[in-house]
Amino acid sequence: MKKSIFNKSKELEKDINEYLDNVEEALLIFKREINRYFEGHFDLFEDGLKDILKVENKADKLLKDIKYKLYTYMLIPEARGDVLSLLETMDNEVDLCKKVLMQFSIEKPKIRDFVLAEFKDLTKQSLSSAEEVVKGLRTYFEEISMVNDYVNKVHFYEHEADKIEERIKRKVFETDEIDEFSKRVHLRHFSERIAYFSDLAEEISEKLSVAAIKRSI
Amino acid sequence: MVSLLFISSGLFLGWSLGANDAANLFGTAVSTKMVKFSTAAVIISIFVIIGAVFGGAGTTETLGALGDVNTLPGAFIVALAAGLTVYLMTNYKLPVSTTQSIVGAIIGWNLFSGYDTEFTVLTKIVGTWIFSPILSAVFAILFFKIADYIVNNVKIHLFKIDMYTRIGLILVGAFGAYSLGANNIANVMGVFTKTSVIGGLDLNIVSLSSIQVLFLLGGISISIGVFTYSKRVMTTVGKSIFKISPVASLIVVLSSSAVLFVFASEGLQSILITLGLPTLPLVPVSGSQAVVGAVIGIGLAKGGRNINYKLLSKIGLGWIVTPLLALLISYIALFFMQNVFMHQVYL
Repeated sequence: MKKSIFNKSKELEKDINEYLDNVEEALLIFKREINRYFEGHFDLFEDGLKDILKVENKADKLLKDIKYKLYTYMLIPEARGDVLSLLETMDNEVDLCKKVLMQFSIEKPKIRDFVLAEFKDLTKQSLSSAEEVVKGLRTYFEEISMVNDYVNKVHFYEHEADKIEERIKRKVFETDEIDEFSKRVHLRHFSERIAYFSDLAEEISEKLSVAAIKRSI
Repeated sequence: MVSLLFISSGLFLGWSLGANDAANLFGTAVSTKMVKFSTAAVIISIFVIIGAVFGGAGTTETLGALGDVNTLPGAFIVALAAGLTVYLMTNYKLPVSTTQSIVGAIIGWNLFSGYDTEFTVLTKIVGTWIFSPILSAVFAILFFKIADYIVNNVKIHLFKIDMYTRIGLILVGAFGAYSLGANNIANVMGVFTKTSVIGGLDLNIVSLSSIQVLFLLGGISISIGVFTYSKRVMTTVGKSIFKISPVASLIVVLSSSAVLFVFASEGLQSILITLGLPTLPLVPVSGSQAVVGAVIGIGLAKGGRNINYKLLSKIGLGWIVTPLLALLISYIALFFMQNVFMHQVYL
């Protein structure tokens, strides 16, 4: 039976909400797992990797479904391109959760005590930025006037993350505690990977600002 | 049969109205794929006919007061002159309205036949032409402010806004089609009402007077114009001139339709009279110019951007050039009809 426009709208609204729930879940899992790693609970960390794989898989399926429905249902013709682009970039955050955790699992970087607090703080600020952009995207759909509030928060946390990332890099390359250059580079790489959550969030937030302006009547 | 042959010029005018003016109602909706063309065409056809048959009397009376074309060949020429003016102006890409051409053509008949042109009626009509885009802009500003407040302050999901807009475009399009039929049928068939020999029609459920049958034919010719030619016009309207959002296009159609409605509704007039309020004259106005007025209104509401002054001056020029050209064509063609084809064009 042919679906009514009411049902189509409702279905897509639900799918997008579910997708954004999934992104938030992925970020929460990342936060939990990375803290387990920082605390040295490696068994628990390895065990928790299954969760992120499951969530990432589900997010992929949902996004594919949303893309298909957006085009076949012919809804929101004016905003369709923006919505798809925003959701696709948002998917990179979920992918990043999986990739970074996998890298930690495979490469097992040794986070030294003298930078541990910074790494924890970097994770907190960078993920806050990502969380705010998810909220921002929700308001893009439901309460357009609020989008800018979240965009500002994303910028704030991204800036904070940048500062911590730089601090880590300076400490890592100035310390005498690490003998091998490769290990310094290794830590630098992981600090960059964690900070990348906020860089991505900033990229999405910029798209979001433009999309919000385009949505004004 | 002869009668049908003579009203063919009016039917041609109806066709061109359907092909051009109807596009204003669903142009953006169809070109942005918010509404399918077939859906739009069916809605316009049904409501234009209803509007023409049941709401067209008021504006026809006003045109009749301007010039009482009293022979069928005369009416044929008047409508033909208006149709030719629309065709010529469109060919030279000048904004044109059937309203302004039919008024010019009627004055041409008045001059040829030696009847006086009622100056008070003429000023009422011309005043309405100028007032209608302004009123449309005022409506658009009002509706824009309401819509802007809702979109920015009420929590409605993007998909719900999309759904409401689609439903709104269909409802407002239907209202616009009704108003277009009611307001503009006078341009198409008004000049034939005194002379047509087409009889009434009893359809059991509803019986139509001979004038209503005439309006029905006019309505059908508008529908044919919609089905045969308006798709192209809609695509052009949607993609070039009015590159605006679906919600804004809903406001434009609502504002311009409201203008067509207030200048055609006898019901509204009697309500205003009962309330002791000043009434609006029942005059055929240009739907396209009301649309331009509404677009400018939205521009003003947004802070004065996007105002196309060149387009405005072209419209102003149209108010003068269109009736003059129609008057000239009408006068010359009446001369030929009378003296070459030997048909009496006035009594």
